[in-house]
Amino acid sequence: MSEILRQTRIDGKLVLRTETAPADARLVDDFTPRLIDVGAHHLCPGCGEPIAMRSVLEIIDELGATDRAIGVFGIGCYTAFSNNLDCEVAQALHGRAPPVATGIKRVHPNAVVFTIQGDGDMANEGLQEVLHTAARGERVTCVMLNNGVFGETGGHITATTVIGQRTKNTLDGRDGRKDGYPIRVSDLIAQLDGASFVARCTVNTAGNVANARRMIQRAFQHQIDDIGFSFVEILTMCPTGWFIDTAEAPGYLTEHLAATHQLGVVKDTRA
Amino acid sequence: MTLTRGHVVIDVEACKGCDLCIDACPPGVLVMTEHTLNQRGYRYPLLLPGCTGCKACSQICPDFVFQVFKLAEPIDLQAQEER
Amino acid sequence: MKARLMEGSEAIAEAMVAAGCRFFAGYPMTPFTEVLEHMARLLPAVGGTCINAESELEAIGMAWGAAAAGVRAATGSTGQGLSLMQESIAEASTAGLPLVILNMARAQGDYFQATRGGGHGDYRTPVLAPIDLPEAVRLAQLAFHLADTWRNPVVFFGDYYLAHTYQSVGVTPLDFGPLPQKNWALDGSTSGTGRARLVSPLGDLKQRDGVGFDLADFYLRQADKLTTMIDGVQPLAETSGCEDAEVIVTAFGSPAKYIRAAVDALRADGRSVGYFRPITLFPFPAAALRQATASAGHVLVYENNLGQMIDDVRLALLGSADIRFIGGLSLDSSGFGIAPDLDVALLTERIRRSLDSAARAR
Repeated sequence: MSEILRQTRIDGKLVLRTETAPADARLVDDFTPRLIDVGAHHLCPGCGEPIAMRSVLEIIDELGATDRAIGVFGIGCYTAFSNNLDCEVAQALHGRAPPVATGIKRVHPNAVVFTIQGDGDMANEGLQEVLHTAARGERVTCVMLNNGVFGETGGHITATTVIGQRTKNTLDGRDGRKDGYPIRVSDLIAQLDGASFVARCTVNTAGNVANARRMIQRAFQHQIDDIGFSFVEILTMCPTGWFIDTAEAPGYLTEHLAATHQLGVVKDTRA
Repeated sequence: MTLTRGHVVIDVEACKGCDLCIDACPPGVLVMTEHTLNQRGYRYPLLLPGCTGCKACSQICPDFVFQVFKLAEPIDLQAQEER
Repeated sequence: MKARLMEGSEAIAEAMVAAGCRFFAGYPMTPFTEVLEHMARLLPAVGGTCINAESELEAIGMAWGAAAAGVRAATGSTGQGLSLMQESIAEASTAGLPLVILNMARAQGDYFQATRGGGHGDYRTPVLAPIDLPEAVRLAQLAFHLADTWRNPVVFFGDYYLAHTYQSVGVTPLDFGPLPQKNWALDGSTSGTGRARLVSPLGDLKQRDGVGFDLADFYLRQADKLTTMIDGVQPLAETSGCEDAEVIVTAFGSPAKYIRAAVDALRADGRSVGYFRPITLFPFPAAALRQATASAGHVLVYENNLGQMIDDVRLALLGSADIRFIGGLSLDSSGFGIAPDLDVALLTERIRRSLDSAARAR
C-alpha cells in the first residue's frame, strides 16, 4: 500500500503523488456532488458561490428530494452555474425568482422549490418580491448568495455592501452619509410572520461550510414539513469584486461582511 | 513522527489556483506549486505527508479539485522517506 | 353551461376556466379588477390557484412559474399594468412560455403596446381583440390554445366596455385541435437523471461540455420560432359588404360594434360602404384587408386613440387607397370609461361626412 503513496519532486519539493489513491482507501468526499453535471465552471478563482451551491445541492440530495427539486435562478455570476446542474431549473429575471418559485410551488406543492439569488438580485432589484413571498409564507426556500457587490457587472455597490467597503462606485469605501447604509436582509425577513426559518451562514472556512450545511438542511426541512417560508443567506467570497487576493478573501469576509451581516440562526419558529 | 491517515486525489486541471485549500488544511499539508502550472496556467496544490482525510480542502474548494480518502491504516511516511 | 346573464369580466373568467386555466395572478386595477375577482371565486372550486399579487411584476412572475411548470396560466391588468410587465412578456417569449395576458384596456391607446410589444428585443405576441361577450368567450379560449401551440405569450385585448357589459352568454369548452405534450415543463422529476430540464430566456440546453449559455445560437433559434409562429397563426377578420364598396370603414374591439351598426345604417341608406374589423391585431389581417379594399378607393379608420391601428392599415395597403382617420380620443370624465362617441347616430354622421367628402374628391 505504501508504494502507491509514492513521492515525487515538484518545484524542488518532495511531495506525494496525487493522481490516484490506494485501492483499499475509503472515499470520504468526492469531486463533485451528484447534482452538478460537470466540474468545470468559469466563476472566478476563490469564488464562494460554487461552494455555497454545492452545499445546497448536496443537502437536497441527502434529504432525498432530488426527484422533486426545482431551482429558480436569478441573474448574477451564479446564473451561468445553473448550466452545470443536473437539477431542474427555471431561469428568472433579475430580482424576480421568488414569484416564479411561488407559481411553481403553488401548482406543484410536493416539489422542493428553491431560489438562488445574489444580493444584487434579491436585495436591490427584487427586495419587494422576496419580502412579499416571505410575508405570504410561501413554502419555498430562498437562498441569497451575499458577497456585498454586483459581481457580474464588475464590482458595484449593492444594498448589502458594508460601510467602508470599496466598490467601483464607492472607491473611498461606503460612507453611510453619502452612500446610504446596508440592509440586513435576513433580519428584515425574520420580522415577517410568514417566514418560519431565517439563517445567515458563510462558506469561508471548512468549519463554516459545515455550519452552512446544517442551516441549509433546516431551511429545506421547514419547506418539506410545510411550516413556512425559509431563507438562508450565505455570505460568499468575491475576491474579484472586493479587489483583493483570493487567499485574503475569507479573512476579509469575516472582518467586514460578517461584522455587519452577523452569522447565526436569526429565526426558527420550531426552535 | 507524523502519521498520514488520509490521502487526496487532486484534479490538477480543474484548479484555478485560488489558495483557499492551503489555509483551510488543518495539518498544513498542502502547498502550492511555485513554477509548475496546469494547462490553464494556474498553480495548483501539492500534498505533503500528514494528511488526515478531514475533507477541509474538498469542502472549501470552489472548483471541486479534491477527492478525499481515509487510508485503511495510518502510515508513517516520514519514516519511509528516510529509509 | 346554460346561457345566463353575466358581465364581460365574468364571461372571460368562465371562458379561461373552461379552457383549463388553473393559475391566475393579478393586481387590482380598473377595468381588470373584476376579472381577478371572478378568477378568485372560480379557480379554487376547480383545484386551481388565484393569487392577489402585491404588484403586477409579481403577478406575471407567478404566472411565469406556473406556466414553466406546465399549467395553463394567465395574468392581466390594464395598459399601465401591462407596461410594468413588459420585460417579463418579452423574456417569456424568448423562454418559450405559454402565458395568456389580458389587457382590459382603457380606451384603445394600448394598440401599439400590444402589437409592437412594449418590451425589449425582437419578440412578438399574438393579440386577440374581441368585439363582444360571445367572441370574448371564444377568443379567451383560443388564446390558451395559441399560447400552447407556439409556446409564446398571447395578449387578449379587452376593454372597459366589454368588462362591464352584461349579456346573456353561455360558456362551452372549445376544442381547437391537438397540442403537443408539455414534455419541457418542470415538475422536479428529471432532476438527477442527467437530463434535468431547463426553462430559460437564456437557453434551453444544459451544456455539458461547453461554458455557460451560447446566447447567439439560442437567440437565432428563438428567432426562427418567432417567424414560424408569425406565419403559422391564422389572421382573423370580420368583414361585411366590402365586395363592391367604394369606402371601407375599419375598427377593432368594442367600438367596432358601433361602427358596424353605422355602416349597416348607411348601406341601408344606399351608400357604398363596407366594414372591416381585425380580430387578430397581431398578426394583422393585412391580406384580408387588401382583398376587402380591392375595389375601394378610400379606407376610414376609427379607433379611440390618436391613431395607432391606422399604421397597420397603411402598411397593409401601401398607398393603394386613400386612408383617413375618423377616430380620436373620446373619454368620459374618468378618463377611461365609456367613450362618448360610441353612439351610432354620431358615428353614422361622421362616416357620412367622410363619404361625402370622399365622393367630392373623386
